[in-house]
Amino acid sequence: MVALADFSMDVRPGEVIGLVGENGAGKSTLMKILGGVTAPDRGTVEIDGVPYDGLTVGGSMRAGIAFVHQELNLFDNLDVAANVYIGREPRRGGALQLVDTKKLNAAVQPYLDRLGASFAPTTPVSRLSLAQQQLVEIAKALSFNSRLVILDEPTSSLPIAETEKLLEVVAGLRAHGISVIFVSHRLHEIVDACDRVVVLRDGRLVGTLEGDSITHDAMVRLMVGRDLKVAYAPPAAAPGSAVLSAKGVRTPTYPDREVGIDIHAGQILGLAGLVGSGRTELARVLFGIDRPHGGTLLLDGQPLRLGTSSDAVKAGIFLVPEDRKGAGLLLDLSIAENITLPNLKAYAPNNLVSREAERRRAESSRRDLDIRATDVGARTGSLSGGNQQKVVLAKWLAMQPKVMIFDEPTRGIDIGAKSEIYRLMRQLADGGVAVLMISSDMEEVIGVSDRVAVMHEGRISGILDRHRFSEENILRLAVGRPLDAAVTG
Amino acid sequence: MVKKDLGLLVLVLVVGLFVYIRNPLFLSPINIANTANLVGLFGIFAIGQGFVIITGGIELSVGSIIALLGVVFIDLIANRGVPWPLAVLIVLVLGLVMGLIHGLLITRLKLQPFVVTLCGLLIYRGAARFYTADATAGFPFGVNFPDLERLTTGRTDIVALVTGGANQFIPIPHSFFVMLVLAIVMWFVLHRSVFGRYLFAIGKNEEAARYSGIRTTRMIVAAYMICTTLTALAAIFFAMYTRSILPSGHGNFYELYAIAAAVLGGFSLRGGEGSIVGVILGTILLQVLQNLVNLLGIPTSLNFAVMGSVILVGVIADQQFKLYRERRRIAEAARQSMRPESAPAE
Repeated sequence: MVALADFSMDVRPGEVIGLVGENGAGKSTLMKILGGVTAPDRGTVEIDGVPYDGLTVGGSMRAGIAFVHQELNLFDNLDVAANVYIGREPRRGGALQLVDTKKLNAAVQPYLDRLGASFAPTTPVSRLSLAQQQLVEIAKALSFNSRLVILDEPTSSLPIAETEKLLEVVAGLRAHGISVIFVSHRLHEIVDACDRVVVLRDGRLVGTLEGDSITHDAMVRLMVGRDLKVAYAPPAAAPGSAVLSAKGVRTPTYPDREVGIDIHAGQILGLAGLVGSGRTELARVLFGIDRPHGGTLLLDGQPLRLGTSSDAVKAGIFLVPEDRKGAGLLLDLSIAENITLPNLKAYAPNNLVSREAERRRAESSRRDLDIRATDVGARTGSLSGGNQQKVVLAKWLAMQPKVMIFDEPTRGIDIGAKSEIYRLMRQLADGGVAVLMISSDMEEVIGVSDRVAVMHEGRISGILDRHRFSEENILRLAVGRPLDAAVTG
Repeated sequence: MVKKDLGLLVLVLVVGLFVYIRNPLFLSPINIANTANLVGLFGIFAIGQGFVIITGGIELSVGSIIALLGVVFIDLIANRGVPWPLAVLIVLVLGLVMGLIHGLLITRLKLQPFVVTLCGLLIYRGAARFYTADATAGFPFGVNFPDLERLTTGRTDIVALVTGGANQFIPIPHSFFVMLVLAIVMWFVLHRSVFGRYLFAIGKNEEAARYSGIRTTRMIVAAYMICTTLTALAAIFFAMYTRSILPSGHGNFYELYAIAAAVLGGFSLRGGEGSIVGVILGTILLQVLQNLVNLLGIPTSLNFAVMGSVILVGVIADQQFKLYRERRRIAEAARQSMRPESAPAE
């Protein structure tokens, strides 16, 4: 398989380059080549005019290329300084080889200053937010005197406000003459941050955009080879009554804040807000993973008590969790075993699981959802992100959902699979299911929802009807500011 | 998994053949009956250990439970005049309750299985010694339980039974048959039932299992209850087999036999992997190794060293084999993906 063909690009000092493309377009391969993980079959990497044949990981680092991976590689049991200088600790004490903590902290502080970090070198990483942890990674890159920093999906799990901060950091790097390659699925950030955008499709360079020509539409057109937007698909019928309601519910994370929300049949309710605003925590309560500290849940107007997630499943409340690999799926089990797991008894006459029944179910799910896999007996971990997400969906669609909760359903999924998932959500809603979609992707929230609730610090800060949808309105509510006009309900 | 079991079976046969060649007594009726008895006794609680290890947990108190419930059982029937069927029931329920407590401590209070069951190991051992004031528990002279003895330590020659005595083979101790029946039942429970699937899922990824609506807490508690109840059953068999119990030494290290058998049988201590066939074969291999030490005139003091070495070699070989297969799989995949474009090379 050729992941990348005849690809050429150059990076100038102090330039911020956006690298975009659907999943499987060859971005990762390019990253791996630059990082010295994979060697190209042909072609060379030149750094400062010096060709590097057989670039190694260490060689790439020494040549000044630094990576900040999507999944951060920090030791959260150590402090910031220890992480930045891991493996290169200044020593003292002769043969004892003690870590010279004083020197270490002094060495790290300037990098933190430069990034405008508000934490000290001695702060334990476990106490930092995700965005702050990214700064630690970038500080680490700076400490290697890196001249090219590659940020792989740096904002995919960041809340909006912190994303802005990160973009400022990127601008700061540029001002210091450090080049940045910025890989992202969030195109508006690319528009904001990049001097030049390189678009990959099927392993080929399909276009380079510069300056003002960097627009959302232009990028999307190059990426998919066709115009594609999240086009709002209106519901088939007027929404029904509230299926699931939370009244004065207090989640374990925000025990002093009350959440009230109604999820209606036939409607997609978007739940926007900054990361950490309590959306996932609310979902966990609605799915019976966490017990609420107070308040009541109503299902079809009747009080509902959820002791465990099993109770929620019995009530027809299903959750597609945010952490697909950790919570949504058992990657080591087969596709079929994952699909039947929540409702295994239905495939087990006399409590003995019938492989045949499982297989039939999985085959029909595979057809319905177009899961691309060689076999339903295949390991779920071998599938692409989009197909894995479809397996999560298949798990629940094999039963009768009343309420479907999607937590960041399209994170890290390519555009093609995204639109299929949107279509499915609409189909569910039109079938009378009450849908709650938690999303940090503004385009998605606006393009998919029929109504949007916004959370801020553990509370619903506002609910918008479709005609009031705008990035600005949602953002204002998300950061806890009131809307200009009179708003409620 | 099946392949793994097969490999272990081959290993058992090879070791057995080796011992037989060096000392033909290995296949003498007496030795076969003895080994079968030990395989039965150890197999009963090793199966239980397997259930716990599947969930990613561990049960360290096995040996102490065997000592404590052993002395309780003997005391009940020999000194307190409790009818033996009732005593059996009491001991099994006690075992069940121990597992319930372990399970609840682990799931509700979120304590680590190692810690909880290590404390169990210490507490039950102490309780056993206190119960008899450190004296040996045994049956007074002349006290007999013919029915119970026939059930636990009796022997049956299956061939003779089937052919009505026309042909004779070897009378096999009943502990072996009990283990065999348990193994078959538990094979269905672990490998075919809904509960078994849940245990594998929980062992692989408890979080994901929970997000699939599985009552993980309940399943884990049940696994510990199965483990300690089977251990309680084994305790009765051991009590009847040894007929006298020194509470400070009875059952020492038995948990390690069970864990070793499971590891040999392909269980991962991280959970989510293992098979009943594997743990039984592991138990057999351990007993054959002990037998080997005796039959080949190796100093008995080396007993544990031999066991440890074989386990270590076995685990290393298994790991290497896994790596080899993984490498071959990758190479194969690479070749497959090259094929369509490989024809005109430059």
